[in-house]
Amino acid sequence: MRYTPHTEAERQAMLKAIGVERIEDLFADIPAQVRFPSLDLPEGMSELEAQRLFAALAAENATVATHPCFLGAGAYYHFTPALLTHLLFRGEFYTAYTPYQPEISQGTLQVIFEFQTLVCQLTGMDVANASMYDGSTALAEAALMAVRLTRSRRTRLLISEAVHPEYRDVVATYSQGMDIELVPIPFDRRNGTTDVEAVRAALNEHTAALIVQYPNFFGQIEPLGQLGELIHGVGGHFVVSADPVALGLLKPPGDFGADIVTAEGQSLGIPLMYGGPYVGLFATRMKHVRQMPGRVAGQTVDIEGRRGFVLTLQAREQHIRREKATSNICTNEALIATAVTIYLSAVGRHGLRQVANLCYHKAHYLAQRLTALDGYELAFEGPFVREFAVRTPVPPAELNRYLWETHGIIGGYDLERAYPELKNHWLLTATEMNARADIDRLVEAVAGYPGSPAPSR
Amino acid sequence: MPNTYGFVPREPLIFEHSVPGRRGVELPPLDVPEAELPPEEYLRDELPLPEVSETDVVRHFTRLSQLNFAVDIGFYPLGSCTMKYNPKVNDAIANLAGFLHLHPYQDETTVQGILRLMYELQAWLGEIAGLPAVTLQPSAGAHGELTGVLIIHAYHTSKGRRRHVILVPDSAHGTNPATVAMVGYRTVSIPTGADGNMDLDALKAALNEDVAGLMITNPSTLGLFEEHILEVAEAIHSVDGLIYMDGANMNAMVGVAKPGDLGMDILHYNLHKTFSVPHGGGGPGAGATAVRADLARFLPVPVVAKEGDRYYLDYDRPESIGRVRAFYGNVNNMVRGYVYMRMLGREGLEDMSRTAVLNANYIRVQLQDLYDLPYDRICKHEVVFSGKRQAKKGVRTLDIAKRLIDFGIHPPTIYFPLIVEEALMIEPTETESKATLDHFIAVMRRIAEEAEIDPDTVRSAPHVTPVRRLDEARAARRPVLRWTPEGAS
Ligand SMILES: Cc1ncc(COP(=O)(O)O)c(C=O)c1O
Repeated sequence: MRYTPHTEAERQAMLKAIGVERIEDLFADIPAQVRFPSLDLPEGMSELEAQRLFAALAAENATVATHPCFLGAGAYYHFTPALLTHLLFRGEFYTAYTPYQPEISQGTLQVIFEFQTLVCQLTGMDVANASMYDGSTALAEAALMAVRLTRSRRTRLLISEAVHPEYRDVVATYSQGMDIELVPIPFDRRNGTTDVEAVRAALNEHTAALIVQYPNFFGQIEPLGQLGELIHGVGGHFVVSADPVALGLLKPPGDFGADIVTAEGQSLGIPLMYGGPYVGLFATRMKHVRQMPGRVAGQTVDIEGRRGFVLTLQAREQHIRREKATSNICTNEALIATAVTIYLSAVGRHGLRQVANLCYHKAHYLAQRLTALDGYELAFEGPFVREFAVRTPVPPAELNRYLWETHGIIGGYDLERAYPELKNHWLLTATEMNARADIDRLVEAVAGYPGSPAPSR
Repeated sequence: MPNTYGFVPREPLIFEHSVPGRRGVELPPLDVPEAELPPEEYLRDELPLPEVSETDVVRHFTRLSQLNFAVDIGFYPLGSCTMKYNPKVNDAIANLAGFLHLHPYQDETTVQGILRLMYELQAWLGEIAGLPAVTLQPSAGAHGELTGVLIIHAYHTSKGRRRHVILVPDSAHGTNPATVAMVGYRTVSIPTGADGNMDLDALKAALNEDVAGLMITNPSTLGLFEEHILEVAEAIHSVDGLIYMDGANMNAMVGVAKPGDLGMDILHYNLHKTFSVPHGGGGPGAGATAVRADLARFLPVPVVAKEGDRYYLDYDRPESIGRVRAFYGNVNNMVRGYVYMRMLGREGLEDMSRTAVLNANYIRVQLQDLYDLPYDRICKHEVVFSGKRQAKKGVRTLDIAKRLIDFGIHPPTIYFPLIVEEALMIEPTETESKATLDHFIAVMRRIAEEAEIDPDTVRSAPHVTPVRRLDEARAARRPVLRWTPEGAS
């Protein structure tokens, strides 16, 4: 298949206009010894053949749409309303690019403005950007911004070990070239939240920020009020990576004085897609806006006085400020931000609360049934929303294998993968996609695992 | 407030459609017993989201979409962005349930299809680059740059030294120096010579043992192939620096020259440019990064590997720079890019780059009598003019750009390269027909004429858009960055 429409006659006419004989003549500036290498690649195919080839590849994957799934750990299976896909694939959104020309990009610009507003409403913050790559890079950019907010006089960052392990890795990667000291803060083994005393002990006048996750990687709700006070007490900044679905229920980080709030937006109607594209949400205080990374849309008027939207505060961005920019981000996740905007509009105030409630009650039902089995107990005390850790009498990796092979169930996340000290700890999630019957099936399957005791009703 | 003016939408904000108590999409009822909610102090009392109906939502976003220009509507020669046609089959395949509904932590045995796709894509990108080791993790071009510069940093660290400088030509895109700064390096800018090539003498003068590497875009953002590239590579390697090639312009290079053969050590691709992944109003993209075999050890974890006929995620890479994001990258966009590559195949990919270059040169020769051509030689996939001549008549490049809109054409890139005064960076891409190019040429010629005899028409453009020129100074001076109930207009 080719998408080059010229006929041979047109091609010849164009070459003639240029004054060369063959297309190859247009490459005389390439050193001859490396020009036109042979590519060891197969020939192309028609659309029909491609459809068949890729349908066969897709069929080699087992999907969460056809198998009950209890995995979360940073990516969650939620409902996507049909209208979302329909609207998102409109070519006017889909095949446009960055709205550099506002007169013909009001659609994208207004969507960004609405997205920024929704992110602020959800997080309780003043101002949000037009998106980052994902939740992890949003958090890494927040860490760098927190250092900038101290004019780089402070370079010590405290990061809770109850933050998603991959997010912590990304923060570490992003800090590599800078002289940043990353101090890991352990979590309390009793309630699974950031160890407040360890924070207190680690704070000093060089500390730029404290970074926590809300609810954290184990699903536990961090005491944001207490943590915020501690970090503000030494004049540092409070950075919170939040779960937007939980914010349908929980007090937003903005209410606790957070200085920067980031989030992975995937839970808001975005399919799992094996990890991406997702979208990073990024919000802060108005007084910090000039250090915020990424694009931002603002409201203005046109020469006839009509309301319109433009990209603004661009003096922070790479195309204007180059090495002094607040980030190198250029292409962001606009379409996924659009999807989030559509989703939050479609479910609205009532619907998001309903989603959060469904998650909450289903996760608790699952927890209650599972911990009724001998040898299974909640790993931590204190409230959670849609995700929780249980101690298991057998290694979760073996449980997961058994569940998959004998029941076609996709089990939970084995916490030992990232926390060697959490042997036999299993992280499970339930959302509105997990029907009661699936939850019951999981529990019965676990009960039937050779070596597990039967449910004690 | 009227929603339309004739059929031109005037669309309020979604918040302005909101009515207390209105419901949108319904969710299923609770089918398990209710648990006790957490104590009051954890719960938010208000959730200030909009309350609208499903019909409101569909009309709102449909109307907003109609305020946009896009590749599906018309010619979009936005230089450096490669706004080619996005085949619909890419999306049909990317939306198959077997690609859409996969959790990133599913067991590898249950996702062999997607792992195989990623593995093969790595191999194709490696072959085209002549740089065999590939990571698919970067989310976009600039993220690929960050990955690449971190690899440069890791390379020098592995040799037990710390260097402080990265050389960047003055024609570079803003992401290059911004990336350099993010890794804690200092940018030293290398000027461009009168022939559009990097000034070799200046490059050599800037070289010393503190230079960690060079970031170069080739073809450059002037749309020109860097003719002394082999010498440049030799010079950088003589101080054991590494060369990062910004592959934003790979649409000119596939099957034309392999960056690896040109002495490049690291390259990023923008799958959303070269391989037809749609731009989505600003993203998401996908920014795969390819490196020389001996630099493979520094790639982010994990990479997709194969043992026998089993595909797996390889985390066992002790010298890795670490992750640059959670999970494995913008996987669904990798599907789109790979579908495109497979359909084109070897010959189709070669034809792609050659035709892209043909189209740009066709525009070059048809407009160079009316628009100033700062570097008068064969161009690659894009041609950069200067609007200097028109500026003398008081018509700026910005005005020319806005006037193009009146003729149903998206303006070229005008915000860079910074070294060309009043730059007009035109990238037609290979998917445009001769008829479209001829129309564009005719419009550009007409605008050049208008600049002479009727400059006001150009200066007041666009004339037929939903809004006219917007007050950007006001937006920056008094930022209104979100809707509030109080500030409702
Ligand atoms: C020359 C060049 N380099 C780098 C980039 C950055 O790529 P991305 O926007 O995918 O991050 C761009 C993007 O527009 C570009 O044109």
